[in-house]
Amino acid sequence: MTRSLRHLLAPLLLGTAALLGCAAVPTTSAPALLVPAGRGSGDLGLVIERESGSLGVVDTSARQRLGTIEGLGDLSHASVVYARDGAQAYVFGRDGALTMVNLLTGRIEARVAQASNSIGGAISTDGSLVVAQNYQPGGIKVFDAKTLALVADIPAVVDGKPSRVVGLADIPRNRFIYSLFDAGQIWIADLADPTKPVITKFENVGKQPYDALVTPDGRNYIAGLFGEDGLVKIDLWTDQPKPERILPGYGRGQQALPVFKMPHLRGWAVAGRTAWLPAVGRHEVLVVDTDTWQEVARVPVAGQPVFVMARPDGRQVWVNFAVPDYDTVQVIDTQTRQIVKSIKPGKAVLHMEFTPRGDAVWVSSRDDHRVSVIDTQSFDTLAVLPAKSPSGIFFSSRAARTGF
Amino acid sequence: MPLSAWLAAPALLLTITASAAQALAPAAEPDAQRQAQLIRMVRQDCGSCHGIQLTGGLGPALTRQTMADIPTNSLVATIYHGRPGTPMPGWKTMLSETDATWIAQQLQIGFPLEQRARP
Repeated sequence: MTRSLRHLLAPLLLGTAALLGCAAVPTTSAPALLVPAGRGSGDLGLVIERESGSLGVVDTSARQRLGTIEGLGDLSHASVVYARDGAQAYVFGRDGALTMVNLLTGRIEARVAQASNSIGGAISTDGSLVVAQNYQPGGIKVFDAKTLALVADIPAVVDGKPSRVVGLADIPRNRFIYSLFDAGQIWIADLADPTKPVITKFENVGKQPYDALVTPDGRNYIAGLFGEDGLVKIDLWTDQPKPERILPGYGRGQQALPVFKMPHLRGWAVAGRTAWLPAVGRHEVLVVDTDTWQEVARVPVAGQPVFVMARPDGRQVWVNFAVPDYDTVQVIDTQTRQIVKSIKPGKAVLHMEFTPRGDAVWVSSRDDHRVSVIDTQSFDTLAVLPAKSPSGIFFSSRAARTGF
Repeated sequence: MPLSAWLAAPALLLTITASAAQALAPAAEPDAQRQAQLIRMVRQDCGSCHGIQLTGGLGPALTRQTMADIPTNSLVATIYHGRPGTPMPGWKTMLSETDATWIAQQLQIGFPLEQRARP
């Protein structure tokens, strides 16, 4: 952004903040991004620096770090969704803060303390609404994507008890689907009129849904269950959607192994007609046929899987693990269902993100304070970028994908 | 949890209680290097459920206020063996009883922050 434009915009932003009351534009130092004027945003990304409350802005074409955005609070378990322009991103912090940042200017454009403990969020199909899912006080909150003004507050109270919300995903026509960890329910909030949300509730879906995904076509919502063996699926294309159990009792008769970190389902692993899902308490990846929803294979892996992510073309599935096996990343060939590569990119691998067409994957190593860029065909390390205790990596190409 | 583990639990608890008492003696503390590792482990790995600030998440808050009134032995048992029926796993494959006892004691007085050199 040019100096003059920044001066023109600043009063506007301040005015917006004053109008909102709750939102404030912090006085940060001038951005030090290396983004030239007129640059597009399609190949940019953010790396969460979880301890320092900062974001690394990266260029996935040049494989460079462009700069840092600071002042985002507690970013342990932070996640990001993108506006449709791929230049603005919404960062959901553990401390309940929702922050709108601009990757081209490196500036925080709005920030609101919307809860005391949050776990992530989603953006509506049309890009107009941002929704946060909260642990404390539970429920979801809906914000105007332009201003972060609160549009709707939807508690998740069942039998008088507030429930933590997990597995929030956007589904077509400005609807959001999410799971209630404590209550064992799945709700759909239809925000066609965001001031008058229409809620559809599915009860008794299973014990402790811990995370969920929506398939790339927006058709199926799948929640993992922590409290029992199995997952639950809702086919949203049927006239009367209903929860159906899939992979019931996949660990039947076996003593569950300790789960030192909860798996993540978001960042889906649907490859061709199969879905690749982390088992809970078993060192296996479960392979499910998405036509029949029957298990077709399971692949033994190096530890408790955390992220099981398909390369965008679906040919490979990459898996990382919970402590103490989190120095390893394994690659499964989806055609042979065999592990074709085990690599050790660094200590404490927390997340992976593919470039839009999958030629490379970016891997964060929390305890080595770096992000490695790895060629997905040769497995060569193409670049190593510095980052302080990095966790999630989020590329702007997510802007175009349902469920991201 | 299999029945055998339930039956064994009281015996284990007794063992831990005994070692917790021993751990109160300074000599039984983890050394400084191990303490630094434990602090990072609690903040980072336990933090994935309990938050880096230990203010809670899927797991409950582990702040001094929430921990102070819980018997130390119960905390040690929870850390070491986990809590059946909840997502809390036992960490005995990664921690000694001395480690678990030290962590429990630190949680009750307010868990220390990481002191580390930046890369």
